Amino acid sequence: MQDLSLHLLDIVQNSLKAKADRIVIEISADTDINMLYIMIKDNGHGMSAEMVRQVTDPFVTTRTTRSVGLGIPLLKEHCELTGGRLILESEPDKGTIITASFGLYSIDRMPLGDISDTVAALVLSAPAVNYLIRFHCQDRDFELDWQDIRIQLEDVPLTEPAVLEWIQGNVAEQQQYIFGGVLNEITG
Amino acid sequence: MKSLAELEAIKQKAKADLAARTDGGRKVVVGMATCGIAAGARPVMNAMVEELRTRNINDIAVTMTGCIGVCRLEPIVEVIEENGDKVTYVKMDQAKARRVVVEHLINGQVCQDLTIGAVEAEAKKG
Repeated sequence: MQDLSLHLLDIVQNSLKAKADRIVIEISADTDINMLYIMIKDNGHGMSAEMVRQVTDPFVTTRTTRSVGLGIPLLKEHCELTGGRLILESEPDKGTIITASFGLYSIDRMPLGDISDTVAALVLSAPAVNYLIRFHCQDRDFELDWQDIRIQLEDVPLTEPAVLEWIQGNVAEQQQYIFGGVLNEITG
Repeated sequence: MKSLAELEAIKQKAKADLAARTDGGRKVVVGMATCGIAAGARPVMNAMVEELRTRNINDIAVTMTGCIGVCRLEPIVEVIEENGDKVTYVKMDQAKARRVVVEHLINGQVCQDLTIGAVEAEAKKG
């Protein structure tokens, strides 16, 4: 993976496979302790305590095409390289929360990448899911809730090109506004 | 900054468009598991969506699937016709994605050199 937005896309696929229909994605930077957090919370079918323990092992996977799963182990490695960690909380039938933390200014931290492209891919992947995207950094906040978008759109699908373009543009603008000047890769 | 109110105008226009549209039943499926994403599936998917939008084609659904099982050939794009016929394109990039939109989806000419059959035959020769 070249950047964090690609990891995000990859990890959310697990939530989709777990049949989640509400997925909260929160990206926040804490400049007091120089950490960057990405949290994904879903209401999918969750995992047993044993599965949670095993899931960071690349030789454990739910996939049937082969017996190696790399998504979570790769992300965990990237977190730890930067002085951060990966925390997994899950309960069967309730859902899963994954929190990945990174050293904000660690030389090994990958750039955030383009979250808006990931969001567009997620809408196309699962148009029925109600996502909620939240950005937070210092005194700036952004929240976009698919439930609000659906109320506005009535029966127009989110995959409509103009709707997708609006969501993508909105997220891109906010990523720049919220994290510009704080993350090294985004100029303020 | 964008506001939710802007969606009102988008909704009105989309409703008019939707009423005039017949569903073509064709779809484009992009492999979006860890292997696909790491190989560049996201920009391929976005390029297809963008190219279709630019050309005002809105009766083709672009969606994703998990790992198809031939990770070494990712990014993989499948074009599925209304009758179920399927063409599998492999080792895609953004330029190839745009080519598939124009040549295959619009003009109906399969990009033979990008299909899994052609790429595998070429690999065996080399």
